[in-house]
Amino acid sequence: MELASQIGGSVTDGLSYIGSLASLGGRAARDIFIGPFHGKPLRLRRAVSQAMDVGVRALPILSLITFFIGLILALQSAYELRRFGAVNYVAATVAISMTRELGPLITAIVVIGRSGSSFAAEIGTMRVSEEIDALETMAISPVDFLVAPKLIAMIVMLPCLTIWANAMGILGGSVFGVWQAGFTFVRYVQVSVDALILRDITTGLIKSVMFGATITAVGCLEGLSTGAGAEQVGRSTTAAVVKSIFLVVLEDLVFTALFFFVGTP
Amino acid sequence: MERDDPVSLSVEPMISVRDLHVKYGATEILHGVSFDVRRGETLVIMGGSGSGKSTLVRTLIGLEKPSSGHVLIKGKDVAAIGEAELDEVRKRIGMSFQGGALFGSMTVGENVGLPLREHTKLEDSTIEIMVRLKLEQVGLEGFEYYMPSQLSGGMRKRAAVARALAMDPEILFFDEPSAGLDPIIAAGIDQLILELKRAFHMTILVVTHELASAFLIADRIVLIDRGNIVAIGTIAEMQSSTQPRVRQFLDRVPETETAKESDYLRALTEERKLGRA
Repeated sequence: MELASQIGGSVTDGLSYIGSLASLGGRAARDIFIGPFHGKPLRLRRAVSQAMDVGVRALPILSLITFFIGLILALQSAYELRRFGAVNYVAATVAISMTRELGPLITAIVVIGRSGSSFAAEIGTMRVSEEIDALETMAISPVDFLVAPKLIAMIVMLPCLTIWANAMGILGGSVFGVWQAGFTFVRYVQVSVDALILRDITTGLIKSVMFGATITAVGCLEGLSTGAGAEQVGRSTTAAVVKSIFLVVLEDLVFTALFFFVGTP
Repeated sequence: MERDDPVSLSVEPMISVRDLHVKYGATEILHGVSFDVRRGETLVIMGGSGSGKSTLVRTLIGLEKPSSGHVLIKGKDVAAIGEAELDEVRKRIGMSFQGGALFGSMTVGENVGLPLREHTKLEDSTIEIMVRLKLEQVGLEGFEYYMPSQLSGGMRKRAAVARALAMDPEILFFDEPSAGLDPIIAAGIDQLILELKRAFHMTILVVTHELASAFLIADRIVLIDRGNIVAIGTIAEMQSSTQPRVRQFLDRVPETETAKESDYLRALTEERKLGRA
């Protein structure tokens, strides 16, 4: 009985958390898509500076990580493909698993580590130092002022980063291809591109837009619900990272299953 | 002048608080508080730590929702009106927070100009001039390009006052204006409040526990203790009061510590029980 009520409690907690995420995301989306028609200009300058932070500054580390991931993928798949004498399928394997799965996922996880955590820390610090209260007292909505520009930046930059990550992954795989599987670099890229159909890329990009919205909503919600005291900011930041990773993986599962069952030709 | 006319003072209070109860979770912080703030007066809310004075001012500006009772600012009930109407009320008030609450990612000038940029359609050059004027009013001319982190505590508070003044508010709130400042800087802030009152006839509401500061700036004082109003009156009325709680506060008599721990524990367990229920 105790166990059942505990399970029920966690389920309702989880659902209500997702509810507050949706409500925050929805309010930010309303400010972005409907606000401009009611004479509330978009905060494009703030969005651009966020996009620089979220996107452009993530490029070096993301490039390095996805390059390595591509190489690792090539090595791991070659280990099995070798037994069938099919090492030249490495290119297709790497290209498809990067674009369909690992590109969006690794990008999301890097962005969670860099930006999801910093959203929570930034807004949490503002909460603790009464800056959020100050915004409200000045009749400025914190969602409109803080969350909306971050959401724009995220849903624009995450797909861009994902495309970049896909390319870097294929580049990483090509190192193995040229070195061990007898490809020339041009041939490797050609085979990779031929192996992909548009669907592989678009499903990955659809996922990345959803990941971007999720990371923003979790980071900002954790920041806004920070309690009193500096140590609470640390707690919010940790919570933002852990919850974002979990929700991104969960979403990934849902979307992958959806594309698998609904979209198979 | 009309606002100095005693009849109009009594007719239309700027803020009127009626039977205000505020709860955090299961614990009630304010137990039915009622008072008026008259147009053009400086009202100081005094009380010890944990007396509920900060909660009171947060409720007045709509940051906390009362569990019952009314807060009327210029006749509008801030707890009952919708978001849009509350924003209209908020554009007419200014608030200086305890730590200043300046936005760390913006310069002092951008901080002060933010409400103007958000709520008016003024040109950037006009806003720049207004920002310079507001900073001049608080004695910070020439600091618009500094970051808040480059200012001292007293200057940061002055900058926060400049931001609160940006929209030319009718009511100005101060939460602990002298907290964390040395006596000389704190006296400077008191002086600033007096100047604002003299120059603009603003209605000013100050929350503080500093006796000296309260006696310097107040027209009337509200003494609040454990969520209840103990006394309301002018400085002279306060000083001549014979109420034990008022005397204890004014004469700075320490609380007797006997039986405190058991009280504390009981309060704690009661809170737990209420929290569970």
